Amino acid sequence: MLTDITIGQHIPGSSIIHRMDPRVKILITLLMITILFFIDTFTGFFLFLLLVVIILLTAKLPIKRVLRGLKPVFFLVILTLFLHLFLTRGGEVIWQWRFLRIEEAGVFTGFFMVSRILLLIMFTSILTLTTSPLELTDGIEYLLKPLARFGLPAGELAMMMTIALRFIPTLLEEAEKIMKAQKARGADFESGNIIQRAKALVPLLVPLFISAFRRADELALAMESRCYSGGTSRTRLHELKLKSTDVYLFLLAAVLAVAISFF
Amino acid sequence: MLIELENIRHIYQMDDPVVALDGVDLEIERGEFIGLIGHTGSGKSTLVQLLNGLLKPSEGRILFEGRDINSQEVELKEIRRRVGLVFQYPEHQLFEETVAKDIAFGPKNAGLADEEIDKRVREALDLVGLDYESFKDRSPFNLSGGQQRRIAIAGVLALKPEVLILDEPMAGLDPAGRRKLLELLRHLHRNLEMTIILISHRMEEIARLASRVVVMDRGKIILEGRPAEVFNERERLKDIDLDLPVVTDILKKLKEKGLKVRTDVFALEDARNEILTALEKQSQFRESRPC
Repeated sequence: MLTDITIGQHIPGSSIIHRMDPRVKILITLLMITILFFIDTFTGFFLFLLLVVIILLTAKLPIKRVLRGLKPVFFLVILTLFLHLFLTRGGEVIWQWRFLRIEEAGVFTGFFMVSRILLLIMFTSILTLTTSPLELTDGIEYLLKPLARFGLPAGELAMMMTIALRFIPTLLEEAEKIMKAQKARGADFESGNIIQRAKALVPLLVPLFISAFRRADELALAMESRCYSGGTSRTRLHELKLKSTDVYLFLLAAVLAVAISFF
Repeated sequence: MLIELENIRHIYQMDDPVVALDGVDLEIERGEFIGLIGHTGSGKSTLVQLLNGLLKPSEGRILFEGRDINSQEVELKEIRRRVGLVFQYPEHQLFEETVAKDIAFGPKNAGLADEEIDKRVREALDLVGLDYESFKDRSPFNLSGGQQRRIAIAGVLALKPEVLILDEPMAGLDPAGRRKLLELLRHLHRNLEMTIILISHRMEEIARLASRVVVMDRGKIILEGRPAEVFNERERLKDIDLDLPVVTDILKKLKEKGLKVRTDVFALEDARNEILTALEKQSQFRESRPC
């Protein structure tokens, strides 16, 4: 159940998408997300979806897996849809029952918002699915470097992100284990009202936090005993090098982005 | 029959599904002490999680007193109260402010009255050998690892389970802690008549405590029987990289060298006596021979 979460999950591969420079991938993702907010027709969304599907196919990502990644936001999507359906006013009344009323504009904005959220998550998950966490943080560190002049510790931030991403699966596993242990003592995580459920989480969260702190301590020790020190003097094993394909792909993405935003 | 497993298969659904159990049949009788051995990934932990309904089998049925525990009419809560499960490193599940509160978590979930809960906390602490008065108000997080482990086990014992399952309860304990825990298990089995299932990598412990040993490999039960029978199959155990108990190993080697010793004793003391008597007999035999 918890293992459905696809954040930080990376499917190794050798497609052109996988081999792209992480910096370019991050920039393209940012660009596409921005464009997503400029799109104001369903034709635009459709073209965007087409683009997503084409990328998925080129990267040879299992579509099923990407769709499964949408599961955690299912609740948010449904909520958004319903709020817009019932609350956004305008246009003809389509359906009415007592105080509940669905109007044309509600249907339109509802589906509009939902498409936006889904595409947003699909596009960003392409980034995380095709880029290893290490590459990803390397890319982010590089992109943040100019801000170091204003006192932003880019290297440390990148290291923190790497570690955070690395520990998501570990902590999920741990959470599942503790959950089972408490269930074996009769804990009930699945029934009751919201307050009861929140209370039921205490026996899960306390041990989880304690173990997270313990792990952090141990990790810090392990890093220090291998002479880790942050800062700008660190060199890297794999230098990021911009290839010509990266530049072409970025230009292609920019052209597509502008084109889609015209619809 | 207390617990019956009928042709259990369990598959973890992941991107590439893993078959954890592949056709397991097992019957467990009341009062047995079962030692479950096998390599990491052989399916032991999956098996024990099926027994109290934490996992549901992909195929097959699990019967507790003849009732299918995954059917509609059986309350899983009841099964979990009667089949206690102590996970690996159980001290990682402690969460309450005080020892007493943590141990009371299980009984409280079972809906017992306050006096009964209090009584059970006392009993459970007493069982694991910790003094109620001096420990009840302490924070479980300020105790030593061994003490935390015992508190966590007390938390399961407070449910007064009929079946107690322990997944490598000795891992990471010092020799004294291990000995105390072994004594506790023996006491629970002999004097309180609990049915016990113990997963362990230490063959000595299994050999000395278990009334029946079950050996698993790659999701299947490949060997079962009394400790003496199972540890007689040295070659088969070797095939799956499992060792014999050290004592058995020595006795077997002595026997191969021609000393007439029994190989079905597992306690160090007994083995010593066995070897001494065998040596004595041998020397008597030699002395009586005319030179």
